[in-house]
Amino acid sequence: MKVESKILLSLGLFFGIMCAVYWRWSVENAGGVMMLSGMLLCFLPGSYYYWWSRRMKERPEDNPNATQEEGAGFVGTFPGSSIWPFVLGMGAFFTVLALVFGIWLLLPGLFLGGWAVLGGSGEGRRGGKH
Amino acid sequence: MTDVLNPIEVHAEDHGHEEHHGPTGILKWLTTTDHKVIGMSYTITAVMMLVIGGLFAEIIRAQLAAPSAGLVSLAQYNQLFTMHGSVMIYLFAGPFAFGALANFLVPIQIGAPDMAFPRLNALSYWLYLTGCLTMLSGFFTSGGAANFGWVGYAPLSNSLNSPGAGADLWIGALLLTGFSAIFTGVNLTATIFYLRAPGMTMFRMPIFTWNMLVTGILILLAFPVLTAGLIMLYCDRHFGTHIFSVAGGGVPVLWQHIFWFWGHPEVYILALPFFGMVSEIIPVFSKKPTFGYKGMIFATLTIAALSLGVWAHHMFTTGVVLLPFFSAMSLLIAVPTGIKMFNWIGSMWRGEIWFSTAMLMSIGFVVTFLIGGITGIYLASPPLDFFTHDTYFVVAHFHSVVMALVLGAMGGLYFWGPKMTGFLLNEKIGKSQFWFLFIGTQVLTFPQYLLGLHGMPRRMAVYPHDAQWQFMNQLSSIGAALIGISTILFVVNVMYSWKKYPAGDNPWDGHALEWFTTSPPPHHNFYRLPKIRSERPTWDYNHPEHKALAHGHSSDGANA
Repeated sequence: MKVESKILLSLGLFFGIMCAVYWRWSVENAGGVMMLSGMLLCFLPGSYYYWWSRRMKERPEDNPNATQEEGAGFVGTFPGSSIWPFVLGMGAFFTVLALVFGIWLLLPGLFLGGWAVLGGSGEGRRGGKH
Repeated sequence: MTDVLNPIEVHAEDHGHEEHHGPTGILKWLTTTDHKVIGMSYTITAVMMLVIGGLFAEIIRAQLAAPSAGLVSLAQYNQLFTMHGSVMIYLFAGPFAFGALANFLVPIQIGAPDMAFPRLNALSYWLYLTGCLTMLSGFFTSGGAANFGWVGYAPLSNSLNSPGAGADLWIGALLLTGFSAIFTGVNLTATIFYLRAPGMTMFRMPIFTWNMLVTGILILLAFPVLTAGLIMLYCDRHFGTHIFSVAGGGVPVLWQHIFWFWGHPEVYILALPFFGMVSEIIPVFSKKPTFGYKGMIFATLTIAALSLGVWAHHMFTTGVVLLPFFSAMSLLIAVPTGIKMFNWIGSMWRGEIWFSTAMLMSIGFVVTFLIGGITGIYLASPPLDFFTHDTYFVVAHFHSVVMALVLGAMGGLYFWGPKMTGFLLNEKIGKSQFWFLFIGTQVLTFPQYLLGLHGMPRRMAVYPHDAQWQFMNQLSSIGAALIGISTILFVVNVMYSWKKYPAGDNPWDGHALEWFTTSPPPHHNFYRLPKIRSERPTWDYNHPEHKALAHGHSSDGANA
């Protein structure tokens, strides 16, 4: 976890320095704001990982001498298949088409989107199909 | 949902219980959350987009073969170059890199059973596919497809200058594919941070996976900016805001800032995955470990860091950007790219080189990218850029770069295609495809460099009758035809080799974990995993006598 946090923090630091130089030197603000946001976007997860890396014990994937046995056991829960990403994707598709062809397309768009959110979270809680 | 255990728990004799009993046929495609199936869907869709975008390019080059060919109308020509750029950048190059190959390979290269968020991954694909349909459907509207160039500069892209559904469909398509990319970026980053196999430390990950991690971070930094810009553009077009219009007190150049703040990191979002592919292919076919593994990673991270500070080198001629800052930053980015070039050559140096199709494509990538990179250094210098801005010199520069990426993509398909399908492609057809593609690329771009220096502007459907311009344009069109032939050869090769040459698990004597599992890999990827002690665990397992020690020193003491 230490390496992960260092990558993000050093990227953020570099963006910060670049932003400071640019802000002092240039006459427009858009670029400075965008670089500042870039810095914050790196610092947020970076500092979170740093905070954790000091508190958690070393994971087998961070230990250069780990054996496969150390990682034995539960990795995570993965869905075998699910229809909800497709339904949500179609909802997004209709919503975007509503931007072009008329507001009525929002109806199927939002319906499919809402249905997928309900269905997907239900599936996540129940365990869904294999 | 399936609770997944580490492969160590799964023994060879009870494969049966890992067998996956899901839906089949079309329902399997619609409901899959398996990163391999999604990766294959992405691959097929992206290659189709490459063919469609390529067709647009062939029509453009046919039109330019004569000063006023009249093959297409001026309005159609505007739509064609806009859609050629948009399809290639938004729908082929990016999704092929981080959707297709990265989706398939990253979990396998780090020993993970799937992506961290499989359903989000499936959603990424559906947003990408609907984005493709949305963008291309512009051709079927009464006003035609978007016609303001793939950069959509304000005020040309406002509702007065570009009315009609085509432009809105373009914006909508970019919203869909933009979210698709953001979700994939989240997925890649989380997968690499949290799902590595025991012993797979960060500094043992294959270079391809490293590059995809950095690509994922860059996606998260850059794409939201584009999405925000598109929403502003849509509001300007339909809700009467004046963010980008002078009339209401807005600033048109702001669009350029926002667009290129996404657009230049995007260049590296496109390039880094292909750098990664080549960095995997070259050592395998040189029978050597990667030369300068850590230097390679350092270079990738440096490119990412600098890429956020170079956007306005696309805007030198606007007269309102800080020239020295952007020029210096753009020149600096040549340093890490140079490190990569050096390391690729170092990886081949005194190696036992096997000139397979994948290796030829990679060498072609290195050469072509070098040409594109060096002309990029010229363009980073404002005085030279003032002279060549918006001429064919710029067109030639970025076509050298992106055609290098196409060479890399083809190398990736020849190298990893056998892992994805279980079958090799024909090497003879592959090699002739390489020569058509490589020579075609140089014949396409070289006259364009000269045309640019002679002052031919880009985005012109007709040009003055000048013998020299016409000759060089014809030469360039011949190059485009050669590239077209190479694409046909690829399709022919896929059909000819269909299920003909079984690949086996490890046809190239590969280094990384993907060559340890079967071709194609089983559901959840691994029945067992080797001990991971270096960045080439599969090689160590197959060649215990030549185990790689820490970065680049083989165990027999020789400095490999």
